[in-house]
Amino acid sequence: MLEPLLFELSDPGQYNDYLPALDVPEAKLDMPARAALPLPEVDEHTLVRHYTRLSHKNFSIDTEFYPLGSCTMKYNPKINEVVASMPGFALAHPLQDESTVQGWLEVLYEAQRILAEVAGLDAATVQPLAGAQGEFCGLLMIRAYHESRGEGKARTRIVVPDSAHGTNPASAARCGFTVTQVASDEHGCVDMAHMREAMGPDVAAVMITNPNTLGVFEKDIEKLTALAHEHGALVYMDGANMNAILGQVKPGDTGVDVMHFNVHKTFSTPHGGGGPGAGPVAVRKILEPFLPTPYVVKQGDRFTFDYDRPQSVGALHGYWGNSGIVLRALTYILRHGSSGLQEISENAVLAANYILARLRGVYATANENICKHECVLSASELRAKYGVSAWDIAKRLPDYGFHAPTVYFPTIVKESLMIEPTETETKVTLDAFCDAMLKIAEEAASDPDLLHHAPHTMPVGRLDEANAARCLNLCWAAPENDSSCQNGTPHDAHREVPQASTY
Amino acid sequence: MTYTALTEHDKAEMLRTIGVASIDDLFADIPAALRQHAKLDIGAPLSELEVRRKMNSLAARNVNFDQAASFLGAGMYDHYIPAVVPAIASRGEFATAYTPYQAETSQGTLQVIYEFQTLLCQLTGMEMANASLYDGATALAEALFMAMAVTKRSRFLVPRAVSPFYRRVVNTYMQGLPVAIEEIPFADGITDAEQLTSRLSKDVAAVVVQQPNFFGCLEDVQAIGEAAHAQGALLISVFNPVSLGLLPPPGSYEADIAVAEGQSLGIAAQFGGPGVGLFCCRKKFARFAPGRLVGTTTDEQGREGFTLTLQTREQHIRREKATSNICTNQALCALMASIYLSAMGPQGLKNCAEQSYHKAHYAAKAVAKSKGYELAFKAPFFHEFAVRVPSSVAEVNQRLLEKSIIGGYDLGRDYPELENVMLLCCTEKRTREEIDLLANAL
Repeated sequence: MLEPLLFELSDPGQYNDYLPALDVPEAKLDMPARAALPLPEVDEHTLVRHYTRLSHKNFSIDTEFYPLGSCTMKYNPKINEVVASMPGFALAHPLQDESTVQGWLEVLYEAQRILAEVAGLDAATVQPLAGAQGEFCGLLMIRAYHESRGEGKARTRIVVPDSAHGTNPASAARCGFTVTQVASDEHGCVDMAHMREAMGPDVAAVMITNPNTLGVFEKDIEKLTALAHEHGALVYMDGANMNAILGQVKPGDTGVDVMHFNVHKTFSTPHGGGGPGAGPVAVRKILEPFLPTPYVVKQGDRFTFDYDRPQSVGALHGYWGNSGIVLRALTYILRHGSSGLQEISENAVLAANYILARLRGVYATANENICKHECVLSASELRAKYGVSAWDIAKRLPDYGFHAPTVYFPTIVKESLMIEPTETETKVTLDAFCDAMLKIAEEAASDPDLLHHAPHTMPVGRLDEANAARCLNLCWAAPENDSSCQNGTPHDAHREVPQASTY
Repeated sequence: MTYTALTEHDKAEMLRTIGVASIDDLFADIPAALRQHAKLDIGAPLSELEVRRKMNSLAARNVNFDQAASFLGAGMYDHYIPAVVPAIASRGEFATAYTPYQAETSQGTLQVIYEFQTLLCQLTGMEMANASLYDGATALAEALFMAMAVTKRSRFLVPRAVSPFYRRVVNTYMQGLPVAIEEIPFADGITDAEQLTSRLSKDVAAVVVQQPNFFGCLEDVQAIGEAAHAQGALLISVFNPVSLGLLPPPGSYEADIAVAEGQSLGIAAQFGGPGVGLFCCRKKFARFAPGRLVGTTTDEQGREGFTLTLQTREQHIRREKATSNICTNQALCALMASIYLSAMGPQGLKNCAEQSYHKAHYAAKAVAKSKGYELAFKAPFFHEFAVRVPSSVAEVNQRLLEKSIIGGYDLGRDYPELENVMLLCCTEKRTREEIDLLANAL
């Protein structure tokens, strides 16, 4: 089952000739040339087989149900890719004269406009490259806003709920802010009493996720944003969970001042095995002057980049962002229109509640009543009774043909399993998944060892992740100078916590 | 029902199982007043055919490389992309998977990334590479953060000959932090060595050098590296991956961190993104590295496999103490770069780099022969060169466009002293005929 490494397939002398012969005279080389270039030598046919076999060793949305909570693993319509590969889009240089890229500028402009509308805010930038960079961008704008009011030095703290994605505090730290964590109540919502205590004149912003990472709509969201504003702080919303509320509620109406979208989640641009994504940011009017440069504007019939933005936080990407990803997102949004986006959230929430209803009782649930786009179960009872953990369940699901849910996140629920089915699965698939989950609960009682050693049908069995950190091997070396662990480069690794976290 | 997959019959059954009367009841936790305002105003749904037509007409409003010969570079290059690259990278098993958190179901992506990390080590001569970052500019910003963590110093020397696009992003990332970024001037197209040395001292965290630099010129990287190291500063190299088919790699001149934009390795320009940030460094810095890392390990039966590793550096575990806030890598673009490098192989990449070099030099000669045009610098260059033009760069480009040529970048936009100077680029794709046409059209 092991697929050889590319380097083991190297067959010296193999060469794929893609280029024509040189048609100009050779110039003198006025620099020292490189001595050896130790890349593998593989014929194209062998390469195609290699990568095709590797592709078979992946679970993906195109092949399996992938209910990874907080990641919105929905079907990625093929039209997105067809549009992105149109030569007019794919083969355009970012520095071409604006008159030669009016189509591209219109795409970015339309995306800015539509995303602002979906957010219920006044403007949007499509430059941020991912959710985490969107957070970073939003926080820079928040600081610039406070600075413009003479409060930049005073407001140094960001308040973040303990259920937030790890990127929230990490982005705040990257900007030089300190972070105060506030607790969640027993429903997973922000504890308003704690929030009140955490507020003060030094708070620059409150970062919230709504619906939160328990899949629960923050019932006190309006009180929470009002509280932040009373203290002169702004409210940032992590839009990772927008799939739950598209067309149901506009974040701007809840008092949020700035938010990002994860278009690879909500708007189906593919996840690509971890990227590329894009993290457009929408803002209220008061933050508009601080948006990244450049910003696409319309002047009469023409679209143009506006660089004259003296209060801008600057550039976040070498050019204009992941335009190719924004294009896919716009294609998807146009397919759906207003009514289609609303249908997405209706179906996504219905599917999550259906799973919650079918598994409630057998698994403990963190959601009391209804949930939004995802539900959070707990394996803590199975662990107490049979010694079977959320980790074991996650490892067993692939044997039934399903990717695991997110486990051990949110951390506020013990032995958590966070399940997000999305709107693009049939009832047949949802039922098959629920049946597997119920069967696994039975297995936990009858044969816990089966679960402890799962998976049993994957290309590899359960992998020792701690060992990977202890014996750090990040790069293949030819056998004669093997740097793997037995030859001794042990790494003083921290203890690796098994966490299939999110984002 | 665009891509939603539940029939009306399914929905009715599911609502019964849940025990509510309608889907509306599932949103009862959202205050009614908020829901009333939620109606979107973005138009009606479009059929696939309509969307295709609309997007086709927008695409037609862009001039693309198939219609015009492009001499535009400045960090993003029109190299040939072998058909095998998009053919493999568009496979749904790769494109629609997520970050390989669950190793056992993601061995394909994980092995690809491990091979990518290795290919980059081979290409650059560096000891390790991560699973990629967003783009070249943000990779440089991350390199500065890492240099700070490694050296516990916070002064940086950044030549003006480093891409202004990269320097802009670095400034964005560093704003508000106790960090000093000092620009080093250039003389005759390369970094002023005297200025650089005079600013170097024991408080400098790192010196940045771009090879070839933004003007296409070749820096004396060896000397700059030695000067930096003599003061205990790190050398951060910004390299051009295709150029390494010809030029000595960052490892050979003792770069401590090497970063690049990987777009030229088989990734379409797409108006600037997504590309892929390449990030390599010394192995002893592994725990300070940003982004994902894939390592090898074994399963319960002793079989070899791959997994994400050193995750304790990362935001989802360390939160505000993480080495970076980064969460995505550009795995799909890293896959494209891997296929490109392995399909081209050592001979192919060398050929590509050499042809780019020869064609750029042929073009430089041809252009310099035109009346009123002269090369702006005398320094040796790789595949880009700066030309002083007799009128504004915009005027020249407009004239070129009429001949179906995409002209060069206007350096005056970023360098006031380089007004009327145009940066031209030749990849292996430019033919002698196109270059002659360019020279004649000037």
